[in-house]
Parts: sequence; structure tokens; C-alpha cells
Amino acid sequence: MSDVKKFMFVNRKAPYGTIYALESLEVVLITAAFDQDVSLVFMDDGVFQMKKGQQTKGIEIKNFSPAYRALDGYDVEKLYVDKESMDARGLTEDDLLVDVTVLSRAEMGALMDEQDVILSF
Amino acid sequence: MSSIEVGGRSYETDEEGYLIDLSEWNPEVGNYLAQTESVEMTDQHWEVVNFLREYFEEYQIAPAVRVLTKAIGKKLGADKGTSEYLYGLFPYGPGKQACKIAGLPKPTGCV
Amino acid sequence: MLHIINRSPLSDIALESCLNTAVGGDVLLIEDAVYAATAGNAFEGKLRAAMGRFKISVLRPDLEARGMADRLIEGATFVDYAGFVELVAANKTCQSWL
Repeated sequence: MSDVKKFMFVNRKAPYGTIYALESLEVVLITAAFDQDVSLVFMDDGVFQMKKGQQTKGIEIKNFSPAYRALDGYDVEKLYVDKESMDARGLTEDDLLVDVTVLSRAEMGALMDEQDVILSF
Repeated sequence: MSSIEVGGRSYETDEEGYLIDLSEWNPEVGNYLAQTESVEMTDQHWEVVNFLREYFEEYQIAPAVRVLTKAIGKKLGADKGTSEYLYGLFPYGPGKQACKIAGLPKPTGCV
Repeated sequence: MLHIINRSPLSDIALESCLNTAVGGDVLLIEDAVYAATAGNAFEGKLRAAMGRFKISVLRPDLEARGMADRLIEGATFVDYAGFVELVAANKTCQSWL
């Protein structure tokens, strides 16, 4: 298909404090239905979206983190996490909900440069 | 906000008839919702509806039709993982109708 | 690529993340991000250090509105709304760092 574009979603906000993370996830799920080349990036506070063990009962907000595990079924397999952001927040790959590719800042920058469309949340 | 009456109990639904609180769901409610969609429930229908409930339990989202089709094929056999099969059971769309019967919200991206 | 930033670097790390991550290209500062390009602000050094890789543009109406138009640092360039559009048109991709 010639009209497949490379879409990158850059997630830089923690979940629940603002609506950005959930909105991004919904747009990703919709975009995935159109058979595009989708990449997800988690950097800065966005890496908190990937944290295992989220329990939202007490704040009465829907826990949407299980949906990241459904992305595989949507053929969204390119998940990238910025190493520096993870380190700065005391997180390691073992803390994350799903398997991701950990990239350095430079690698992340190069990947951004390859995209046709970048949407930031 | 609307509501439906099943077995002497009232259940809240949205304006399109989707159950508000999926924890209230039971097979009787499922049967009632199927009637409102003019779907005659068979074992094959229940298989899909139960699958959707399990999927939602695990991922907290209602799957897109393409994703549902693929996942059904994996779980229930390749012959059932086709849109012909699923649309045969739910003529107005497995996403819309089966999700409604299962007490799930409308799938994201399904307008 | 064009990077658009709209938050002050003194209260939000969007600009810093952008400069640390992106390979280079155009950076357009709008809204509260314009403070980044004013003389004497605490982020000035980091912005200057990035000027080799990035071309820094600042939306003039936003800097004027904040009473800071006389403090634009050397090496950063004013653009007006038409210049904003030209930047978007000249770049293949555009990223708004929210």
C-alpha cells in the first residue's frame, strides 16, 4: 500500500493528572484500525503511563493501563521508551506493563526524524 | 439517560441502549438486550458475547471488529475468525450488537 | 522538521526535552515559550548552546504581548504569523510539543 504513513505518538504526560494519556491511547486505537505504521513513544513523565500495578479504585477514574497490553492485538508493536526519562524516575524495564524498546535520546531523535506525522500528547 | 426493565429490576443505559454499569450485567439482561437488537441468541452467539466479556475484563476496552475477528479465530477456531461468520451472527455489526448484548461500551473508533 | 513549543522552559521541560532529543531543524517558540529567548532568563544558556543544531524563531506578537520584545537574544529570529505559516510549509513534518 502506497498510502501507509509513519505515525508517531509522543507521550510525555503522566496518567490521570491530565486527560492527555487517555486521549492519546484512544487516538492510537483508532489510528490502528486504518492500517498505518504506528509507533508509540513514552518520554518524560509519559513513562509513568507504562508502570505496572496501577490501581485506580481510590481515585474513581478508570484504569486504562490494561489497554496497553491489548496493543499487540491491534498490530501496534513499536513501543519505545526513553532511557534517560526512565532513569530519572527510578524506573527500569521490569517496572513496565509490556515489552518495549529502550532508546537513548539520540536514537529517539533519529527515529522522530523518519516519521511522516508526529502527534504529541 | 434511559433505563430498561428486566426481571423486575431497572438497569440504566445510555441513549443508544448500552448498559451504563457492566458489573450489573447478567445473562438475562444479555437476552433482553439481544431482543432489542432482534438477535436470536444461540450457543454460537453466547460464545462471542462471553469472549467479549473476557476480553473486556482483561484489557478494559471493547475491541475493534478487526481485532475481535482475529482474536476469535485464535480462541475459537479459524472458521469462526471471519467477518462473514461474525456478521452472520450479528448482522448490524459484531462490534455494535455483540458489545451491547455483552454489556460493554461501544468499541473505541466505532461510530 | 519544525518543532513548536508553547510553554515556558522555566516551568515545563518541553523545550529542554525537544532540544535534547531532536536531531535538529527549526524551533518555533510561541505563547509562553517565547520567554526562553529573552536575555537573562535561566534557560538562555541552554538555548544558546542548541543554536548550532537548531534555528530558533520566536513569534513576535507573543513576545510583544508579554512586554519582552526588546529582550530577544542574539541568534534568535522574530517571525510574524505569515512567517509561522512559512515555517510550517517549508518543513516536511511538524511536531507540537505539548
